[in-house]
Amino acid sequence: MSPVLQTHDLTAFYGDFQALFGIDMHLDEGETLAIIGANGAGKSTLLRAISGLLPHAADAVLLEGRPVGNLPAFELSHQGISMVPEGRKLFASLSVEENLKTGADAFTRPGFWSLERVYELFPILKERQHQPATSLSGGQQQMVAIGRALMSNPKVLLCDEISLGLAPVVIRDIYAALPQIREAGASVVVVEQDIGQAMKVADRVICMMEGRVTLEGTPADLSREAIHNAYFGDAA
Amino acid sequence: MILIDTILQGVMLGGLYALFALGLSLTFGVMRLVNLAHGDLILLGSYIILTLAGSLYLPPLIAALVALPIMFVLGWALQRFLLNHALHDDILPPLIVTFGLSILIQNGLLAIFTADSRRLSLGGIEAQSFAVGPLNIGVLPLMTLLAAVLVVLLLNFVFFKTALGRAFRATSDDATTLTLMGRDTRRVFAIATGIALVVAGVAAFFLATRASINPSIGPARLIFAFEAVIIGGLGSFWGTLIGGIILGVAQTLGGSIDPEFQVLAGHLVFIAILFLRPRGLFPRAFD
Amino acid sequence: MTEHKWSLTSSTRESRIFATLAIVAVLLLIAAPWLVSRGLIRDLFQIMTLLVLAQCWNLLAGYAGLISVGQQAFVGIGAYVFFSFAVFMPIPPALAILAAGIVAAGIGVAAASFTFRLQGAYFAVGTWVVAEVVQLTLAKQSVLGGGSGMSLPREFRETMPGFGILREMGFSKSAAIDVIAYWMVLLLCVVTILVIYRFMRTPAGLGLGAVRDNVIAARSVGVNATRLKWLVYLGCNFITGIAGALIFMQKQRVSPDTAFSVIDWSAFVIFVVVIGGIGTIEGPIIGVLIFYLLQSFLADLGPIYLIILGALGIVSILVAPSGIWGLISSRTGIVLFPIRHNLKKLG
Repeated sequence: MSPVLQTHDLTAFYGDFQALFGIDMHLDEGETLAIIGANGAGKSTLLRAISGLLPHAADAVLLEGRPVGNLPAFELSHQGISMVPEGRKLFASLSVEENLKTGADAFTRPGFWSLERVYELFPILKERQHQPATSLSGGQQQMVAIGRALMSNPKVLLCDEISLGLAPVVIRDIYAALPQIREAGASVVVVEQDIGQAMKVADRVICMMEGRVTLEGTPADLSREAIHNAYFGDAA
Repeated sequence: MILIDTILQGVMLGGLYALFALGLSLTFGVMRLVNLAHGDLILLGSYIILTLAGSLYLPPLIAALVALPIMFVLGWALQRFLLNHALHDDILPPLIVTFGLSILIQNGLLAIFTADSRRLSLGGIEAQSFAVGPLNIGVLPLMTLLAAVLVVLLLNFVFFKTALGRAFRATSDDATTLTLMGRDTRRVFAIATGIALVVAGVAAFFLATRASINPSIGPARLIFAFEAVIIGGLGSFWGTLIGGIILGVAQTLGGSIDPEFQVLAGHLVFIAILFLRPRGLFPRAFD
Repeated sequence: MTEHKWSLTSSTRESRIFATLAIVAVLLLIAAPWLVSRGLIRDLFQIMTLLVLAQCWNLLAGYAGLISVGQQAFVGIGAYVFFSFAVFMPIPPALAILAAGIVAAGIGVAAASFTFRLQGAYFAVGTWVVAEVVQLTLAKQSVLGGGSGMSLPREFRETMPGFGILREMGFSKSAAIDVIAYWMVLLLCVVTILVIYRFMRTPAGLGLGAVRDNVIAARSVGVNATRLKWLVYLGCNFITGIAGALIFMQKQRVSPDTAFSVIDWSAFVIFVVVIGGIGTIEGPIIGVLIFYLLQSFLADLGPIYLIILGALGIVSILVAPSGIWGLISSRTGIVLFPIRHNLKKLG
């Protein structure tokens, strides 16, 4: 069986600056993949490239075997790639419920997730449904961002630094939703700064440094030393 | 009593200015576009209605209703094929493109329709009025004000009760993130400009019936529209309506002192309000 | 290891050749009244007034980010101040011209206290409102001729510097006015370009370029964006006011409609800058020459001419945002007014 998402020799640039150097990675059906690495390693850039926000070659990204690398972000969303962007990026002038609805406004894909199901997953959001989204606490805002991304019933859910700036207990609450998200049929990529957290939730981990993949394996296979080397380079 | 009558005339004139302004308010709210051709586009709408009524012998109101979808397609195409290519971080290209468009439309109208004044005749309704106590209310000015209120209600419905409205508000917050939700923001923009020109079409009907028009009066309509938007603040369509009414009242009060002072009085009130409230009377919460 | 000596230079080979040619051109232009027809002198006058206005608008929009569609306010103010002195208080014409610039700059300060409150695109419409207010106010003054305007008094014409000498050399009265106006605008044009060029090379001018590129970054290295914008706005309005005085001195008549024309003093100027190349000193020069060519072939078409011009402006900003000079410069690397400093190895 071919993986649900695959990149092949994916490169990306910010102007003249090359941020990704030939990334080959894959995500299997039903899998949770964690991407770890230091600041500036290219993790977020990789997600931005996959989601269509950075231009690259058509055959550099394959979704269920089809080349989708040249599609714009809104098309990729229709194809089933959904993103929880770094910093949440909620729409400030929309209420909680309106933010969630924007996730399914442009198109609908049949599936498990609906407004009611998202409220069941994060009951606090139903209580706050009419409040301006940005008036919520950081953790609740993150729930809105995840819920918004789920509303389109994606095949692939990309989560960029969802634990950033949140208290450990809040992070635990958010990651508690992950099993149900997987059960509902999404394959998940999480970008994580927190290695421990990544090891806990992921089936497989890849580590990036300076725009390249430096290590790949299951959490059980990876030793602390290997991760340390992949994170900071062998010389460190 | 004369003072109250003057103010009442101003309020109704403000309805016309609000109709000029609502389209501008919409495109600025959604995509931060200040369309310098807005006044000329309203005038273009007036000439479309005049042509439909004149050459196809349509009744004026029917001609206006036929013109509205034409205006929508025009706005949609304008955004899709021209303005979307000019909208980036730099504010210069959209200004130059719409300024160029303004001159293009103005001279296009001049070439086709000549500089002669024209007016859309409604067969006598323009002159009708009714008395409320000692006050005399013109039927057409009242219809203009009611049309403005109706347009505000409709725009508010679209903006706050529909998926399209959510997209309008979301794209003004963060267009990039909206594309991640599967929206092609270029299409959202095209629909927004289409709707803005439909509102311009409504304004065009009342502009052409109220007094005679000629191809050179577009830029002045832009300035009135702009003043109404700024006085109202960028917060809401109701704010724009109130901005239009304040401008209308200022003009009729000024005009009652000296007819030549009418337009100038509006400008001076606009400048005064901007000094006192730099963000207008009803600013938006997020900027 | 050999030691190299370095020198800091901003001139290029082309810029030195160009400077030589420019001096020759200016000398020829000074002598032009004896070399070419009166019609051509009038054309050259028009070209150079447009160039002065274009350089000012370019400095405002291209460097300071102040996109104005209301510079006609200052053309009109300059014209009316000049005519007011001529009619009511005949002082030497040169002083009246200077006063036109000073009053324009002064009213500019009042206008800016309002327009500078408006951000970005709103500034543009705000400047237009100011121009409307000034025009409507002046058109109401019956002492200034109301809507029909005023003429330049004959006696005042004859007090122009050099009028007597030109008359003795055989120029007719109105030809003499043309020539004097022409020389004055030539002087204004050369001074304007040199001043802008010198200014762009000062730390403040280089800072302005930095402000255009990034306001916050420029502020963090000590560039005071607000003060620079005020300075540029004042300077441009001063020059624009003088240009207004000269334009209508040559026409010998002024009226609110001609003095505050959006088409003549904003639209043409903006298209000249955009088509030629915004943000460079070379761009407006190229633009003004193209404009002149277009006008000589198309002006008879009336509205069609303006339609073509509007379309050209739109196409230009979309297809070649840096204008024709931008295309030439990026293809060839030629810079005629070098602003950047280059390190050069000696020996």
